[in-house]
Amino acid sequence: MKATRLIGLALRSIRRNPGRSALTMLGVVIGVASVVVMVAIGAGAQAEIQARIDNLGSNMVVITPGAATPGGVSGGAGSFNRLTTDDAAFIAREAQLVSAVTPVVFTRTGISAGGLNWRSTIYGVDTSYQQIRAWQTESGRFFTTEELKSNRKVCVLGATVVKSIFPDQDPVGQTLRLRDVPFEVIGVLATKGQTAEGTDQDDVILAPFTTVQTRLAGHQFIAQLLASAWSESEIPAAMDEVRVLVRESHGLGDRDPDDFQVKDQRQLAQAAQGTTQVMTMLLSAIASVSLLVGGIGIMNIMLVSVTERTQEIGVRRALGARRIDVLAQFLVESIVLSGIGGLAGAAFGTGIAAGLGRLTGWATVVEPSTLGIAMAFSVAVGVFFGWYPARRAAALDVIEALRHQ
Amino acid sequence: MSDAVAPVVELRDIRRDYAVGDAVVHALRGINLRIERGEMVAIMGSSGSGKSTLMNTLGCLDHPTSGSFLLDGVAVEALDDDARADLRNAKLGFVFQGFNLLARTTALENVALPMLYDRHARFADPDARARDALSRVGLADRLTHLPNELSGGQQQRVAIARALVTEPKLLLADEPTGNLDSHTTVEVMALFQALNDQGLTVVIVTHEDEVAAYCKRSVRLHDGEIVSDHPVVPKRAADDLARAPAVVST
Ligand SMILES: Nc1ncnc2c1ncn2[C@@H]1O[C@H](COP(=O)(O)OP(=O)(O)O)[C@@H](O)[C@H]1O
Ligand SMILES: [Mg+2]
Repeated sequence: MKATRLIGLALRSIRRNPGRSALTMLGVVIGVASVVVMVAIGAGAQAEIQARIDNLGSNMVVITPGAATPGGVSGGAGSFNRLTTDDAAFIAREAQLVSAVTPVVFTRTGISAGGLNWRSTIYGVDTSYQQIRAWQTESGRFFTTEELKSNRKVCVLGATVVKSIFPDQDPVGQTLRLRDVPFEVIGVLATKGQTAEGTDQDDVILAPFTTVQTRLAGHQFIAQLLASAWSESEIPAAMDEVRVLVRESHGLGDRDPDDFQVKDQRQLAQAAQGTTQVMTMLLSAIASVSLLVGGIGIMNIMLVSVTERTQEIGVRRALGARRIDVLAQFLVESIVLSGIGGLAGAAFGTGIAAGLGRLTGWATVVEPSTLGIAMAFSVAVGVFFGWYPARRAAALDVIEALRHQ
Repeated sequence: MSDAVAPVVELRDIRRDYAVGDAVVHALRGINLRIERGEMVAIMGSSGSGKSTLMNTLGCLDHPTSGSFLLDGVAVEALDDDARADLRNAKLGFVFQGFNLLARTTALENVALPMLYDRHARFADPDARARDALSRVGLADRLTHLPNELSGGQQQRVAIARALVTEPKLLLADEPTGNLDSHTTVEVMALFQALNDQGLTVVIVTHEDEVAAYCKRSVRLHDGEIVSDHPVVPKRAADDLARAPAVVST
């Protein structure tokens, strides 16, 4: 029999018992909808993380002090911080594959201006920081090399700090106090949003590292060096070069282990991405279980249906249906049931994902491929769980089936 | 396969044994039966005499234990399950005691059902054929009725239309009037006679003498054997209907 006829037959049979058909489909609807929603949440989270990685900076390489240990914990007995501004200068001077480098010194401190107080992190950086992080100023300007060299007390504010300290006025040109040291605000940074880990990147103050080291930190500790490779494809080579240069700058012998680590932004982001991926997979797996339960529901109802329609099967066989015709009829019916359930579930899931996104502010992304896979899955569920009832139907003895009341 | 001389049915020494536990029930013990085109045969016998077993054999639904069966010239015992399904579709029409219409399915769809399984696509317009068959049984105005909206007599006529629609060589009816009142029985027999007049070969299993009296030949089974087989001068059901007009409308 032709597929279109079989589908027509299935649709007629489904319509003949609309209430039961709807209940049968419900399991698949819920299963598919929850898979779609879960994947949408996961995909949304990943898209957001990707966006944040992209605005971390252009082709950024991060150098942190301390040797890598198997446990991943840096430092340890005998190791001490040897990352210095000299290293940064050395890289800036010698590196071929690095377009810019900056030390990062940071300290948390209280901020006050005009009677308002706030706590934030002050980053002492070089002028190249702006390029490396690809961070625009929204108003005002970044500090200059002259200001850096002469330890000027100037700073650039993140959007969150502006909101807290200068809620109703243009901060550029104002003065604020960082640990009682007055700083002139010369610029405001464009909004960056949260990091993958959920930290507010806009809760930040940038100042020349020279000033921060002398006026605020009270130590020469450099938390990290940031460097930029010329291009994305050159990141690995740039990392190798940076490693060699820092070893040289630290005067390490051939046998000495690195007393620092070089990572690129992707490595930093991988962990976050990986966690989200695992989360998505876990949630989808849980959702898939409900799809499976939906499939078992279909099998259940199909088995009941085969028993109820035993006489119909007998009649069809007597009138010339082969066993394979009966098998096909019930299998297609199961597939159509789960297929319609899958369609409805995909529609519901898309709606719920959108609603959830609006309600909670989570990014949810329903990709067409997700819908396609969900549909394919529900059809597979129909085949898998329809097979046994259909086999039962086809295996019935004609004479006994005809006699069945 | 069929030619002018081949009988519609030729059974030779058909035996059918059922194993029931350790015992063996001989439901048919060497049946020889020849049915020519245009015959109208009643198969009679008490309960347990083997009528249904014989009917299932004729209907290509059951495998005899031994013997040979030619249906319209085709050797049935050599055919596999699929081929017998195809043969049923091509050559047989079935009418059951319980009508066996598909529930919640219109008369028209019920009648069109056998054409769904016609592998040779013999009929260009199944829908038109189904309408035509329904008007042949006098139900042209009941096309979209569901079985539960029809009387017993009407349901059986839908079933007869379904049996007719594929132009079978042989119409098999197992106790077709068993669920009908006596007036409706005569009406249904009138329909069978009319179809037989048009050349259709009809075999009816019945235990009612009244039904057998409308057939041209009476075959009596006892304990799995044919004990009598003789022609009958049939009563005309149409005449009986004219004499006793409908009390209950069907
Ligand atoms: N499936 C079966 N299994 C075992 N015995 C059967 C089966 N079908 C029929 N029989 C036996 O075969 C004999 C003939 O049965 P059947 O053909 O149904 O007779 P009838 O239709 O004339 O009442 C009976 O003794 C019955 O018990
Ligand atoms: Mg019987």
